[in-house]
Amino acid sequence: MALPRQIFDTVIVGGGGSGLRAALQLAEAGHRVAVFSKVFPTRSHTVAAQGGIGASLGNMQEDHWLWHMYDTIKGSDYLGDQDAIEFMCRKAAEVVYELEHFGMPFDRNADGTIYQRPFGGHTQNFGERAVHRACAAADRTGHAMLHTLYQRNIRARSQFFVEWMALDLIRDYEGAVVGIVALEMETGQVVVFQAKSVILATGGAGRIYHSSTNAFINTGDGLGMAARAGIPLEDMEFWQFHPTGVAGAGVLITEGVRGEGGILINSNGERFMERYAPTMKDLASRDVVSRAIDQEIKEGRGVGPEKDHVLLKLDHLGSETINKRLPGIREIALKFANVDPSREPIPVVPTCHYQMGGIPTNYYGQVVAPRGSNHSEVVPGLYAIGECACVSVHGANRLGTNSLLDLLVFGKSAGDHIVEWLKTNPQHRDLPADCEDLPLSRLARLDSATSGESVSEVGRDMRRTVQHYAGVFRTGTLLREGVAKIREVAERVGRVAIQDKSQVFNTARIEALELENLIIVAEATLTSAEARTESRGAQSREDFKERDDKNWLKHSLWYLEGGRMDYKPVNLDPLTVESFEPKVRVY
Amino acid sequence: MSLLTREQERIRWRSRRGLLEMDIILNRFLEQHLTHLTEGEIKSFDALLRLPDNDLLDLAMARKEPEDVGLAALLEKIRKS
Ligand SMILES: Cc1cc2nc3c(=O)[nH]c(=O)nc-3n(C[C@H](O)[C@H](O)[C@H](O)COP(=O)(O)OP(=O)(O)OC[C@H]3O[C@@H](n4cnc5c(N)ncnc54)[C@H](O)[C@@H]3O)c2cc1C
Repeated sequence: MALPRQIFDTVIVGGGGSGLRAALQLAEAGHRVAVFSKVFPTRSHTVAAQGGIGASLGNMQEDHWLWHMYDTIKGSDYLGDQDAIEFMCRKAAEVVYELEHFGMPFDRNADGTIYQRPFGGHTQNFGERAVHRACAAADRTGHAMLHTLYQRNIRARSQFFVEWMALDLIRDYEGAVVGIVALEMETGQVVVFQAKSVILATGGAGRIYHSSTNAFINTGDGLGMAARAGIPLEDMEFWQFHPTGVAGAGVLITEGVRGEGGILINSNGERFMERYAPTMKDLASRDVVSRAIDQEIKEGRGVGPEKDHVLLKLDHLGSETINKRLPGIREIALKFANVDPSREPIPVVPTCHYQMGGIPTNYYGQVVAPRGSNHSEVVPGLYAIGECACVSVHGANRLGTNSLLDLLVFGKSAGDHIVEWLKTNPQHRDLPADCEDLPLSRLARLDSATSGESVSEVGRDMRRTVQHYAGVFRTGTLLREGVAKIREVAERVGRVAIQDKSQVFNTARIEALELENLIIVAEATLTSAEARTESRGAQSREDFKERDDKNWLKHSLWYLEGGRMDYKPVNLDPLTVESFEPKVRVY
Repeated sequence: MSLLTREQERIRWRSRRGLLEMDIILNRFLEQHLTHLTEGEIKSFDALLRLPDNDLLDLAMARKEPEDVGLAALLEKIRKS
């Protein structure tokens, strides 16, 4: 064994909301926990969340976890697993109150209870009327959550490995996960971390898209690690889009702009939403607006040298209204689009926001994969939580505020499960002799390649390919072409070269390793989307416009090996209540 | 492009943030200035990088002014990038 070794009870890859919540559960139970993060934990992407955490506390109006469950299942377009959804909605109040107890500065009502805001898709009494269910800390909910959990973890003595990049999982000959191999950026040192259990909490992979609201660190490393270890990725065709991100930047322009009278126009100056939604026009639902914009672009009516975006016009509102009613929009447009919206329109494009798919798990966070006749056999020792996991509570589309909730509920339940599991499995399993081969060979290739394309060039082509072929508007022809194109890009990823061969803080090398993870997610996305010949939730196919429950009420599973697809049934059986049968969705 | 020094590499990595807005703003700044930052500027930049993302964004978007006036000059460069 050449590499240095360290031993922990549990290794957690990811210091965002989900990783910190799981770490806390374990550290407080007295376990030796190591938390890895590429960046300082409180700079994880969870910091971007503003809207809030969904929980049926009923502080504003009457509310019930069963109503929350119904909204979540309906939002998921019936692809969500109903056991996991019941579990999450029932636990919501408990995890929110715990967070409050940890010191989370929630907004409050006059009577001292947690204030709750309204959020799209959350209703009372099975869709009757809107309910206030989102618990927030001003517009810094994610930030407050990270700081609260981080402080608590310090107290509980979780050990942090900051600016370390996990490279690969270690699986033994029986398939159990027994540790990880990770790289310390500052020194370039590669170390084997042996553990009784490993939790992947690496967040989303939104950077596969050219236009994405995700920070640059969201490169799907956990998904790449799992896929390389032979674990399938579930429901990767489902990505949530926001209709209006600044073209080329991804920064969101709030829906409020259209609410105040902003309109979308194409290259002919046409207000095209009148054609797609004659009554609601620019105020139609997110899906409809996103799809219309993407269709305009696909049909050649996009704007700009690449005809790859449309324009959001609000100059007719006058600068006074813009400044008064839409505070902050002018500065965002100036900073990220370089236009003054009181004079020029803002270039916008549908922008990838959230990954519904991920590493398949059950509601204890245990990673599950088909084996023989069992479609959900547990991979011993491996857990996945947060945006990188697919439990699946979001199914084909996520309800706003359910993601932060998912981090807390499944972070905690994975921690609890490990505590129990280790009672009967207290020993470290042996490391297999070849445990360092895969990551070391990946590093060796990068260190020895003398010529090849650059990471930024190939990365750009990957992002453009995914954006074009796996955007909001999907057709069989586009997707088939996209699958072929992304495979070409994948081959190029295998040949990239970096100039900088230093061991110390070699960011070029980190970015090359990230690209190897991103391309896996990109291939999974295109292949799964091409295979699914129906429209459901966030996947809308122009050639298969209807949801097809007869053939497609099932989860996709994509394998890295051969790019093969497999499927498993949706769990329609909740834990204690009656099943919610699939119905046509109308809002 | 010549290779960056280790110090420059470190700064480039720490400019990876949790907020996309900050990634973009800092990236622009580094593209223009990274290879000719003075030692003093590196110190100021490090101090800014230690701030929470949301506070840094408020400063970068000129919604707030820094408490430490010593950071103002570098912040101005970031705002203009
Ligand atoms: C702009 C925006 C607003 C949002 N608002 C809301 C909201 O209001 N409500 C809501 O419910 N959801 C919201 N979401 C979604 C939600 O914020 C995310 O889904 C969630 O924060 C993801 O948390 P996480 O713990 O899974 O991962 P992250 O917070 O992304 O953390 C991932 C962690 O993994 C680490 N990591 C990754 N790869 C490696 C590696 N190879 N080695 C070591 N460490 C690694 C990273 O350093 C980081 O610490 C929003 C998302 C965006 C983009």
